[in-house]
Amino acid sequence: MTEQTTMPEQDVAKGRIARILDSDIFHSFIRSKVTVIAAIVTAVLMISAFLAPWIAPHDPFDLAQISILDARVPPVGMAYHDPRFLLGTDDQGRDMLSGILYGMRISLAVGFLSVAFAAVLGIFLGLLSGYVGGRTDAIIMRIAEIQLTFPAILIALLIDGVANGIFGNLDRERWAVWILTFSIGLSFWVQYARTVRGSTMVEKNKEYVQAARVIGIPSFIIMFRHVLPNVMGPVLVIATINLALAIITEATLSFLGVGVPATQPSLGTLIRIGNDFLFSGEWWIAIFPGLTLAILVLAVNLLGDWMRDALNPKLR
Amino acid sequence: MSILEIRGLTVEFPGRKNTFVAARDVTLSIDPGKILGVVGESGAGKSTVGNAVIGLLENPGRIGAGEIYVHGERIDNLPQKKMRELRGKRIGMIFQDPLTSLDPLQTVEFQLVETMLQHLPLSKSEAQQRAIELLDQVGIPNPAERVKQYPHQFSGGMRQRVVIALALCAEPEVVIADEPTTALDVSIQAQILELMKKLCTEKNVAMLVITHDMGVIAEITDHVAVMYRGNLVEYGESHQILGAPTHEYTKSLIAAVPRPDVKVHRFPQVDYIEGSAKPFKQIDISTHWLGQSRDYKPVDGALLSVKNIDMKFLTKNAWIPKNRQYFSALKQVSFDIQPGETFGLVGESGSGKSTVARVITGLYHPSGGTVHFAGQELTSLSDRKQVLAMRRQMQMIFQDPYSSLNSRMRVRDIVAEPIKFHKLASTNTECFRIVDDLLDHVGLGSAAGKKYPHEFSGGQRQRISIARALATRPRFLLCDEPTSALDVSIQAQILNLLKDLQDELGLTMLFISHDLAVIRQMCNRTGVMRFGELLEVQETEALFETPQHAYTKELLSLMPSMDILSRDNLEEEVA
Repeated sequence: MTEQTTMPEQDVAKGRIARILDSDIFHSFIRSKVTVIAAIVTAVLMISAFLAPWIAPHDPFDLAQISILDARVPPVGMAYHDPRFLLGTDDQGRDMLSGILYGMRISLAVGFLSVAFAAVLGIFLGLLSGYVGGRTDAIIMRIAEIQLTFPAILIALLIDGVANGIFGNLDRERWAVWILTFSIGLSFWVQYARTVRGSTMVEKNKEYVQAARVIGIPSFIIMFRHVLPNVMGPVLVIATINLALAIITEATLSFLGVGVPATQPSLGTLIRIGNDFLFSGEWWIAIFPGLTLAILVLAVNLLGDWMRDALNPKLR
Repeated sequence: MSILEIRGLTVEFPGRKNTFVAARDVTLSIDPGKILGVVGESGAGKSTVGNAVIGLLENPGRIGAGEIYVHGERIDNLPQKKMRELRGKRIGMIFQDPLTSLDPLQTVEFQLVETMLQHLPLSKSEAQQRAIELLDQVGIPNPAERVKQYPHQFSGGMRQRVVIALALCAEPEVVIADEPTTALDVSIQAQILELMKKLCTEKNVAMLVITHDMGVIAEITDHVAVMYRGNLVEYGESHQILGAPTHEYTKSLIAAVPRPDVKVHRFPQVDYIEGSAKPFKQIDISTHWLGQSRDYKPVDGALLSVKNIDMKFLTKNAWIPKNRQYFSALKQVSFDIQPGETFGLVGESGSGKSTVARVITGLYHPSGGTVHFAGQELTSLSDRKQVLAMRRQMQMIFQDPYSSLNSRMRVRDIVAEPIKFHKLASTNTECFRIVDDLLDHVGLGSAAGKKYPHEFSGGQRQRISIARALATRPRFLLCDEPTSALDVSIQAQILNLLKDLQDELGLTMLFISHDLAVIRQMCNRTGVMRFGELLEVQETEALFETPQHAYTKELLSLMPSMDILSRDNLEEEVA
C-alpha cells in the first residue's frame, strides 16, 4: 500500500446518502432481485400493520361493529359472499382482513420486542462472558448450555404457565403481550450471548483493545465503547433471522392457546380459530392468516440471509 | 537461450467501476541456472506477475495483453487442462507461508509422491525413493525417517525446505518463489536462501524470486526487476541496479533500506512516494501543548528499571497446583533504561521481546520480579489514581496498524480518547484543537480527523497510532515492532518521525524489533533476547562491532549483506 496523504476531496464532500447508494453493500442489495422483493414485501406488511387502525375496513375490537349474523361469510368471489368483507369473516363475524392487519400488529410487536429483549440480555452477558472470561464466563456459559437443552417452545410454555399462576386469568389478558415477549426473549438470548462471546474473545486480543488498556481506560468502558461496536455485525444478522423465528414462536404459542387472548387476536390466534373450521369447509379463516404469516416470515428470512452473506467478508 | 520469457505482460482486474491494471507491459526473461528477483512494495504488482505465469490469477484478474513463453512454447493462452499439466511439471511454485502451504492431513511422502506420479513416468516405489533423495538434497536430516512424518512435525524452516522439495520434485524448468523467506526468522532465512541458490545452479532451473526485501535481492539474485505500481521501472543485472540505480524510484527505494553497516542520521526524504514529502515542522516545546505541564519529577539514574522479571503462562490447568504446566516466556530479565535514550530489544519470534513490553505497560502481570518506573514500583501499585498517573507517562505503539485502531471510531475520537480520559483538556473545543494539532504534527494534516481508520494506508495508520500515543504527553514510549508491517519507504518515514519526535520531546524509548538493521538505526543501547532470556546488553555500536554472545555473533553473520547497495543520498551519522 502506498502512502496517500491527500485524500480525494469529493469523497468527503459527498453526502451520507450518496455514499450509502455508492457502497458495495447497497450494490449487492440492488443486484439480488429476491432480496429487493423481500424488502418490499416486508416493508409493505410492516407499514400496513402499523397503519391498521386507519386502513382496516373494520375494527375487530369494537363490539358494536361485530354482528354474529355476519359469522363465517366466505371471501369475495365465492357464493354468498358479502362485499363488505373482502377476505370473509370468522366465526364471530369479525372481518378477516381487519383481523389479519390487527393480528400482524401484535405478531410484529411481540416479535420486535422479544428480539430486542433477547438481544440486549444476550449481548450484555456475551460481552461480559467473553471479555472477563474465567469463572464468570464458565457460569454464564453453563447456564446458556442448560437452557439450550430445552426447546424454546417448552421454555416459553413454562414461563407462560408460571405467569398464569401468578397473575390469574383476568390480569393475564392485560399482561399477555408482555409475558409472551418475556418468555420468547428469554428462550432466544443464548444465541446472541454465544455469538457475542466468540467475537468478543477475538476482539479483546486485538491491539486497539490493548491500546485502550495502556491508556488506562477501565474494562467496563472498553467493553461498551470499543468492543461492542465491533461485534455488532453478526448480531444484526441473528436479530433479523430471529425476528422471523420469534413471530413463528408467538404464532405457535397463540395457536396452542397460551399466547395472546382471543379478544386481541394475533396471527396465531386467528389460525387457531380457523383450525376448528378447516374441515367444515370454511378454509379462509385459517388459510389467509396462515398465508400472511408464511409470507412475512419468508420475506424477513430472505432479508436475513442476504444480510448474512453481504456482511460476511469471507463470502464476498 | 532463456527458459522463461514474459513479453509485454499486462494484467487487469476489472472492477465494478473501473478496470484496475495490476501489471502494465512487463517484459522479463530468465536464463537457466539464474535467479531473477522482482522487487517492489505492496501493490506494485510483483505477485501478480508470478501468478500470471503460473496461470493462477485471482478472480476476476485476466491477462489483458502480452505473451508468456516457457522454452519457446507459449503458455498464457493454454486451456485449463493443459495448464494443469504444466503446473508442477514445468513450473514449480514456492509459497510464502510454509505453515499453510502443505496439507496438514497427509504425510510429506504422500504429498511428494502424489506430485511426482502426476507428472513423471515413475513407479510408486521409485517415487518414494526419489522423495527421500529430494529431502536429502534440501538438507533435511534423516530423510528416510522424516519422509513418513506429517507437516506439523517439522519446524517452520524445515517445512519451507519441504515446500522447496515439493516445487522441485517434478523437475520443473522454472521455479517461482513468492516471498519465500518473509515468514521465517533471520537465521532460517539465510539457510533457505543459500539452499535456493545452490539448487538453482545444480538443477539448472530458472528461478523467479518475488520479494519486498532488498537484502534477499542483494543476497541471491543475478538479475533484478524493480516494479512500482504495476510498472517495470528498472530491469538489469543485480549489482548494476543495486550499486548504481538510474531510475528515481529505485534510488529512493534503496536509500530507504536500513543498513546494518551504516548508521544514518535520518533516512533521505523520498519524494518519489506520493504524499510523503511533508517536512517535519519543529515546534517550540516550551509553548506548545505537548510541552505543557510536563510535571514529571526528574529522575536520577534510570527512568525504567526492570529486575529479574519472570513470566509464566499456564499451558495446562489442573486442580492440583503441582500438576499445572507452565511455559516460561521470560526468565530473569533485567535491564535499565536511562532518561532520553532509546533502548533496543532484538530477537527472533518467540524470544519474549513483546512480552517484556506488555509486562512494563501492565498488560501482563509478571510472575516474579519488579518494574521500577521513575522510582516507583509498578507491579505492586494498587491505588487506581497512582496507576493512572503511571499509565499516562508511558504509551505504546503497536505492530499491526490494521488492528491497533478501533475501526468504528473516527480518527479524532481515537486520538481524543486519552486526552479526555486523563482530563488533559478543559473543554471539548480545546481537546479537538489539540487533536488536530497532533495529527498535523505527525504529518497527516488536521482534515484526517473526520475520517475513519480504514480510509488510511498502513503508514498513515501508524502515524495515527503515534498521535494517540503522544496524546497523553508521555515521557516513555514503547514501540513494539512499529514498522514490521510496513513497506521500506514508509518504514523509513516512520522511523524518521520517531527520531524527530524523540529529539524534540526528549522521549525515552524502548524499541522492539526483529530487524537488526532497524535497531542499528534507532537505538543507543541494545539487548539481545532468545527463548525468554536476555543474553547481552551493549551499546549498539559495540554490539555490532564486538558481539559478546555466540548467538549475537550468529545473528549478525546471518544478516543479508547489503554492501553492494548504492550509498547515494545517505547522510552517515558521525558518532
